[in-house]
Amino acid sequence: MERTAVRRRLTWQAGTVTEIREETATARTIVLDLPDWPGHLAGQHLDVRLTAPDGYRASRSYSIASAWTGSTIELTVEQVPDGEVSPYLVDVLKVGDPLEVRGPVGGWFVWRPDSAGPIQLIGGGSGVVPLMAMLREHAHASSTAPARLLYSVRRPTSVIYAADLKKLAMSDDVDLTFVYTREAPPGEPRVGRVDAELLAAKAFAPTDDLTTYVCGPTPFVEAVADLLVAAGHDPARVRTERFGPTGGPR
Amino acid sequence: MTADVPTYLDGNAAAGALSEVFAVDLTAAIGRCAGCGHTGVFAEVRLYTAAPGLVARCPGCDDVLLRVVTTPSETYLDLRGLTYLRVSNS
Ligand SMILES: Cc1cc2nc3c(=O)[nH]c(=O)nc-3n(C[C@H](O)[C@H](O)[C@H](O)COP(=O)(O)OP(=O)(O)OC[C@H]3O[C@@H](n4cnc5c(N)ncnc54)[C@H](O)[C@@H]3O)c2cc1C
Ligand SMILES: [Zn+2]
Repeated sequence: MERTAVRRRLTWQAGTVTEIREETATARTIVLDLPDWPGHLAGQHLDVRLTAPDGYRASRSYSIASAWTGSTIELTVEQVPDGEVSPYLVDVLKVGDPLEVRGPVGGWFVWRPDSAGPIQLIGGGSGVVPLMAMLREHAHASSTAPARLLYSVRRPTSVIYAADLKKLAMSDDVDLTFVYTREAPPGEPRVGRVDAELLAAKAFAPTDDLTTYVCGPTPFVEAVADLLVAAGHDPARVRTERFGPTGGPR
Repeated sequence: MTADVPTYLDGNAAAGALSEVFAVDLTAAIGRCAGCGHTGVFAEVRLYTAAPGLVARCPGCDDVLLRVVTTPSETYLDLRGLTYLRVSNS
């Protein structure tokens, strides 16, 4: 087939960091110029590879935060204490540096503007990154599919994309709910986790055409997916992406 | 970390390593477990990354479905736990 004939094996390519934005005290958005980037779907990720002077290499996956508009791509990295790769990306990487990536990859945890039905997005911590790409794609494509984002964060200062989210939530089609696990802002009394009661109040009820995307630390994803299935959502319509272990409470 | 914190990822995290070898995206492929017959999207397997390379286990019976080990010069794929992988042509 023509399509498969033109596809090559995916290999590593070098990009250049053109901008770095501080999202929170521990999260940075890295804007990358990748001359050979073929474009991507909202929700896809890439792998970043670091090479030490002695040749030692480490690679990690990072979701693409931006919708593809034909220019640069954006990643948002939350620093994991004692991590190998994320502290480098957050603290050391500078504008002008090269960065090696492989992607885009992942064809399951994606949202396309022509998908039928409403979209329910549920993110914990940096799990908001691919969900943000979906909301950006939703806006970019002027989609009128109803979208809801439930975003679980420790405290108001942990919110990534605070200003952009506020802007997107002005749209009639996008509904935004924050869930604060440690400390809520003034006037918002609820501190707690995503639970059955919150889902009943703020999430879409299960329907045949609803697709739910859940992303975040592995324990968060497990807990939310179980709650959704218990609330009557078809497991086949709940798409999950696990970012890895987080031992401590979020 | 406590013992009951899940340590695995999901099939999405193997997308990069698999795309070094396959021209189609395998995370959206349907796979059937040779052990218990569980059939589902590859994105929903349990992926362990602490072993050398990546190990994908069946969410139904925990048997190993697929292993990928990448060395500087080669990629090894062990697919013995899968009866089939079904990919979309479109
Ligand atoms: C498909 C996919 C997409 C991802 N997208 C993003 C993204 O957009 N932004 C982002 O910041 N991260 C993302 N991640 C997580 C990222 O790949 C790394 O796991 C994370 O940056 C930690 O890497 P590290 O090398 O700093 O830590 P490591 O050296 O791998 O780990 C150090 C310590 O931190 C713990 N740990 C490992 N990973 C995590 C984690 N994700 N959360 C909490 N604790 C952890 C480990 O158990 C260990 O104790 C994604 C992961 C996957 C699989
Ligand atoms: Zn099985």
